[in-house]
Amino acid sequence: MGIIETKKLIFEYIRRDEEGNVEGITRAVDQVDLDIKQGDFVAILGHNGSGKSTLAKHLNAILYPTEGTVWVDGKDTAKEEYLWDIRQNAGMVFQNPDNQIIGQVVEEDVGFGPENMGVPTKEIWERVEESLKAVGMYKYRKHSPNKLSGGQKQRVSIAGVIAMHPKCIILDEPTAMLDPNGRKEVIRAVRALNQVEGITVILITHYMEEIIHADRAIVMDQGHIAMQGSPREIFSQVERLKELRLDVPQVTLLAYELKKSGVSLPEGILTCEELIAALPV
Amino acid sequence: MLRDITLGQYYQTESVIHKLDPRVKLVATIVFIITLFLINNFIGYIIAAVFLACMVKLSKVPFRFMVKGMKSIVFLLMIAVVFNLFLTPGEPLFSFWRLTVTKEGLKLAVMMAIRLVFLIIGSSLMTLTTTPNNLTDGMEKLLSPLKRLHVPVHEVSMMMSIALRFIPILLEETDKIMKAQIARGADFESGNLIKKAKSLVPLLVPLFISAFRRANDLAMAMEARCYRGGEHRTKMKPLIYQKRDRAAYGVLFAYAAVCIYFGRIFTI
Repeated sequence: MGIIETKKLIFEYIRRDEEGNVEGITRAVDQVDLDIKQGDFVAILGHNGSGKSTLAKHLNAILYPTEGTVWVDGKDTAKEEYLWDIRQNAGMVFQNPDNQIIGQVVEEDVGFGPENMGVPTKEIWERVEESLKAVGMYKYRKHSPNKLSGGQKQRVSIAGVIAMHPKCIILDEPTAMLDPNGRKEVIRAVRALNQVEGITVILITHYMEEIIHADRAIVMDQGHIAMQGSPREIFSQVERLKELRLDVPQVTLLAYELKKSGVSLPEGILTCEELIAALPV
Repeated sequence: MLRDITLGQYYQTESVIHKLDPRVKLVATIVFIITLFLINNFIGYIIAAVFLACMVKLSKVPFRFMVKGMKSIVFLLMIAVVFNLFLTPGEPLFSFWRLTVTKEGLKLAVMMAIRLVFLIIGSSLMTLTTTPNNLTDGMEKLLSPLKRLHVPVHEVSMMMSIALRFIPILLEETDKIMKAQIARGADFESGNLIKKAKSLVPLLVPLFISAFRRANDLAMAMEARCYRGGEHRTKMKPLIYQKRDRAAYGVLFAYAAVCIYFGRIFTI
């Protein structure tokens, strides 16, 4: 069994009118089966309203399934006695960096999670130091979060999560509010965590460039898993992605168009270098 | 820009007073204020003045910062002095028009003025040397016995520190909303006070909505990081009394004893 597993996961939002009568039911997640192994880097894609954020909130026991089951590290998220274990093992980073930083000093914010877990003071300091170093924010430890850039704030949020020593981190569109430089910073930090520390990463995003380095990509549409496979496999199906209202990286699109007009190229080109190497001279 | 405003009035420098435990400073401020109202002769005030002067000197905060805090109470001070001066019955010193200044009145007015001025200097000394964060920590620890009476001490102090964290963010947001509305022709500048106040209403609605949204997000982020109230919680920066804090308590109580003895009991 993997670190995260879901079976026939269904979640329904119930809309009610003013008297509390049920007006309608929206199925945000529908029959999702996932199996994520320890150490994987999985990207979940989808346009707005595809259910990807709702799915993410199940992996951290913020939402509970309407039907089906979610296991985090072998523990059923619907059981209350495992709640804190699950939240510690599956850390979550949200979209807006301002709304998830609690401390008034960077180091205090990173210490917030361990404080809640009841970690002894001395160990909190060790954890704060090591997690700030892991995301490259150690020299800002005495700064106020208000004075940092978006990418830096988001790296502090990530440090705050890894200070809890999770087995897995779920990032719910962590780069949606950042500029291109901030996005690069954050993705670099996340990749380093995955490769150096071996933390399982689940990255939810709608920026295609960010999933190139993932081991596996899952495309969601209307609550279902629409496509699944390595980034290369996903990007070789340009038509299908367009149907799902998703963009492909510019290089992939260029290669696709070239191929369509008769240039012989392999499927699923992801980077400029690959395209240059593959182009017939 | 709005982002650069400093909260409270903390003055950053290295001094013995800055390093003291916030609890010591809180207790000292309260004790100092109590002694101010207990003493009723001028020897007592001289002792209090000397004590206060020593503390200001030790804190290394320039004196003009203390005086800054005084501006806000000038009006209150005037009222207190004038009323005491003219309305206290007793032996008349001199009178003009319908007002009579009495000997008792003069004494009371001067005392009231000294009390208020010392009170302001004393409490701004505390806020100038303690960060707001430290202050909430100190209050939480000091009031922790009230937990037994089911007073939510931890929750209140958590609320205070979150409020402090979000003030600059919300100010920046106000700035943004204001600019967005000005760009679409809103007018915050002209008109009388009532008209100006009215023009702020359309500003408050989006501000409140965004504040609620932020609160919602923050609550979720806190829960995701295992926040479950004050129970089982450890502290990254626990407050532990050091040697200097115990010494400070010693100095404080010595001052209080001397001040009350000479200022109230002892008479020439």
